[in-house]
Amino acid sequence: MTTDKALIKVNNLEKSFGDLKVLKGINAEINKGDVMVVIGASGSGKSTFLRCLNLLEEPTSGQIIFEGVDITDSKVDINMHRRKMGMVFQQFNLFPHLTVLRNLTLGPTKLLGKSSAEAEKDAMKLLERVGLQDKAQSYPSQLSGGQKQRVAIVRALAMNPDVMLFDEPTSALDPEMVGEVLEVMKQLAKAGMTMVVVTHEMGFAREVGTNVVFVDEGVIVEQGAPNEFFENPKHPRLKDFLSKVL
Amino acid sequence: MEDFFSEIAQSFEKTFITDDRWLQILNGLWVTIQITIVAAIIGLVLGFLIAIVRSTYDMQLMGRKCKSAGDWLLKILNFICNLYITVIRGTPVVIQLMIMYFIVFASSRNGIIAAFISFGLNSGAYVAEIVRSGIMSIDRGQFEASRSIGFDYKRTMLYIIVPQAFKNILPALGNEFIVLVKETSVAGYVALQDLTYVGNLIRSRTYEAFFPLITVAVIYLIIVLILSFLLKKLERRLRNSDH
Repeated sequence: MTTDKALIKVNNLEKSFGDLKVLKGINAEINKGDVMVVIGASGSGKSTFLRCLNLLEEPTSGQIIFEGVDITDSKVDINMHRRKMGMVFQQFNLFPHLTVLRNLTLGPTKLLGKSSAEAEKDAMKLLERVGLQDKAQSYPSQLSGGQKQRVAIVRALAMNPDVMLFDEPTSALDPEMVGEVLEVMKQLAKAGMTMVVVTHEMGFAREVGTNVVFVDEGVIVEQGAPNEFFENPKHPRLKDFLSKVL
Repeated sequence: MEDFFSEIAQSFEKTFITDDRWLQILNGLWVTIQITIVAAIIGLVLGFLIAIVRSTYDMQLMGRKCKSAGDWLLKILNFICNLYITVIRGTPVVIQLMIMYFIVFASSRNGIIAAFISFGLNSGAYVAEIVRSGIMSIDRGQFEASRSIGFDYKRTMLYIIVPQAFKNILPALGNEFIVLVKETSVAGYVALQDLTYVGNLIRSRTYEAFFPLITVAVIYLIIVLILSFLLKKLERRLRNSDH
C-alpha cells in the first residue's frame, strides 16, 4: 500500500431512512494524520455521514473504502474493521455496570487477546494521559460529564485504532467541561491520530482541523483548509451558516 | 374455658399428630418446592431464549424485508415465540396442567413431570416478556458503543445488554417467582400431593378446617418472605454500580 493512499475513501455515499433521503451522494477522502472536521446545521446529515463510516448506519448505496477494503460489502466482517475505528458519542455511552478500568479493558481482553494484566497496564497509562488514573475503580455514574467523555475517548483508544470518529463529543457537556475534552482531542491530533470530528466547536475546527467540510442537505457543499474556509467562504449557504454560528 | 382449650388441643392433635400428619404436610411442602424450583429453572432458561429471539427480531428485522436464510429463520422463530406467548398467557395454568397430564402424558400419567413442564412452560412465557422489556429498556447507545468497539451482536448481548437488563428486571422476575410458588397450588388437579392438596386432604379427613388451612397459608407466606428477602439481598449486591 502506498503512503499517499487514503485511509478512508467515501464514494457516492447515500443513505435513506424510509422515504427520507438524508445523504445524497457524499464523496470524501481522509488521509492518515488528517483531522477532518464536519460542520453543518442540525438535520444536515453530518452525524449520519459519520455513523456510516463504521456502518452503525448501513448505507443505502455507495462505497466506504477503509484501508483498501470496501466495508459496505456484505461479505466483509465489519466487526474486524470496527476495532480499527474508535468512536466517541455525544452521550458518552460508557458501560454503567462496569468500572472505568473494565470499560477500557473489556475490548482489548475479549477481542485482541490481551491478558488482563497487560490490558490493565495499558488502560492505566491511557487514564493517566487524560488525568483520570484515580478514577479507575469508579463507576461511570460517579463521574462528571467531562470525565465520562475523557474515559470514552480512552476506551476507544484502548483498541489501538487507526482512526477516531467523534460524533458531537462536547454537545452534551456543561460549558465548563467542554475545554477539558477539547484539550484531550487536541493532544490526540498533535500525536498524529487520524480523526473525523462532527462538532459545533468552530474554534476547534479552526485550530486543529486540517480539513473542514460543510454538509448541507445531504451533500458536501464546501470544503477546504480551515483558514481559507472560515475567512473566505464561497457558497451562500455556508456564508449564511457561519454568520449564525460565529 | 377448659373445654375450649381441650378442644383446641384435640383439633391440633388431629391435624398434626394423628397418622403422622405433620409428615404429610412436610412431604406436601417438598412437592411444592420441587415443582417451583424445576419450573423456575425451565422458565428462566426458556424465557431468556425467547426474549433474545424476540428482541433480536425487534431490533434487526422489524419493518424490514428478510434478506438471508438467517433472517427467515429469525422470522419463523419469532413467530413461534409469539404464538407460544399468546397461547400460554391466554389460557389458565390449571387447564395447561390438565392438558399436559391427561392428553400429552396420557399413557404414563406422570404427574410430577407434567407439573414440571407445565409450570415451566407457563413461567417461561411471563419471564420472556419481562426479560424482553428489560432488554428493550437498555439505551440504544449501549448497543452502538459495544458494536463500535468491534463486539458482534452475540457478545454485545452477553457482556453489555443482558447484564444491565438483568439488574433492571430483577424485581419483576422476583415477582414472577412469587406468583409461581402460589400457582403450583393447583397441582392437586393432576393427583399430586402438594402442600395445598395435603392441607385440604387433612381438612376433609378430620373435619377440622382451621388448623390445616391456616398452617398451609402460613407456610406459603414464609416461603414468599424468604424469597423476597433473598431477592432484596441480590438486588442490593447488583446495585453497587449505581451510586
